[in-house]
Amino acid sequence: MKSEALTIAGRSYPSRLIIGTGKYPSLEVMRRAIEASGASMVTVAVRRVNLSRRDGESLLDFIDTRKVALLPNTAGCRTAEEAVRTARLGREAGLSNLVKLEVIGDEKTLFPDNDGLLQATRVLVKEGFTVLPYTNDDLVVARRLRDAGAAAVMPLAAPIGSGLGVQNPAHLRLLLEEIRDVPVIVDAGVGTASDAAMVMELGADGVLMNTGIAGAGEPEKMARAMRLAIEAGRLAFEAGRIPRKLYATASSPMEGIVR
Amino acid sequence: MTTAVTIVLNGLEHAAPVGASVLALLETLGFAAGRVAVEVNGRILRREDFARAILRDGDRLEVVQFVGGG
Repeated sequence: MKSEALTIAGRSYPSRLIIGTGKYPSLEVMRRAIEASGASMVTVAVRRVNLSRRDGESLLDFIDTRKVALLPNTAGCRTAEEAVRTARLGREAGLSNLVKLEVIGDEKTLFPDNDGLLQATRVLVKEGFTVLPYTNDDLVVARRLRDAGAAAVMPLAAPIGSGLGVQNPAHLRLLLEEIRDVPVIVDAGVGTASDAAMVMELGADGVLMNTGIAGAGEPEKMARAMRLAIEAGRLAFEAGRIPRKLYATASSPMEGIVR
Repeated sequence: MTTAVTIVLNGLEHAAPVGASVLALLETLGFAAGRVAVEVNGRILRREDFARAILRDGDRLEVVQFVGGG
């Protein structure tokens, strides 16, 4: 029995896990981690080509784009203008309208700039992009992004690369309760499998992570762990957990006990 | 008679032969046209236009590609 697929802007993706392609020890390790994760979408960054050094190894040689959709990001952009420009370049490089929109407002925490994020979302939606904005776990901002035409909202669990896990489950729950018409994909802060499972049990539609896998001792193994955790968490959510009670209820019949 | 134009490529001055196209520039630099995106003077240049876009003196080009990222 499999959990339901993830649908973004009318397209269905079999896996609810989206993984990043940064920070792996090597591109070959990345390739194996993508495979083990079962991800149907991977994020990529858009950067100037290196004019002084052509080392022959190209990221795209290690991603099977027939099986995995590319999600270009606007990582590192600090203004709406920078993010829009980067998104346009990414669309041209990848010939897809998908964009993971990041507008960073603070260097230490990498928290998003809500103003810039909304502005850029509006511009890019008008230009036909499928915008997946990386946002904080703020319900009001999420609602505005959705109303601006974002195809999903991607609240953080914790700061990017921190591995802290869900720092504010109550906020995530509020957001998940309210945002029902577009997917909510928790992006950033997942450190290990239980973090991912917990996010899915709360009812998130998907999880996006990079460092949690790429930075693990064995990325390929962690990728598999994340895949299983997300599948397990989603199934548990769909199945519906039992209510929490303070006292015990016996599982075995009380009749016929040998005394 | 000048035989070269000077462009600004990814923020650095770069000389190219007069009449060279963006496609020719990419080939000289060793980049596959199918894997990069190009912006000329702030505007996206569609891939199908690489061959007929001729570099002019002072053009500002950005050539980008996908790299690993989250």
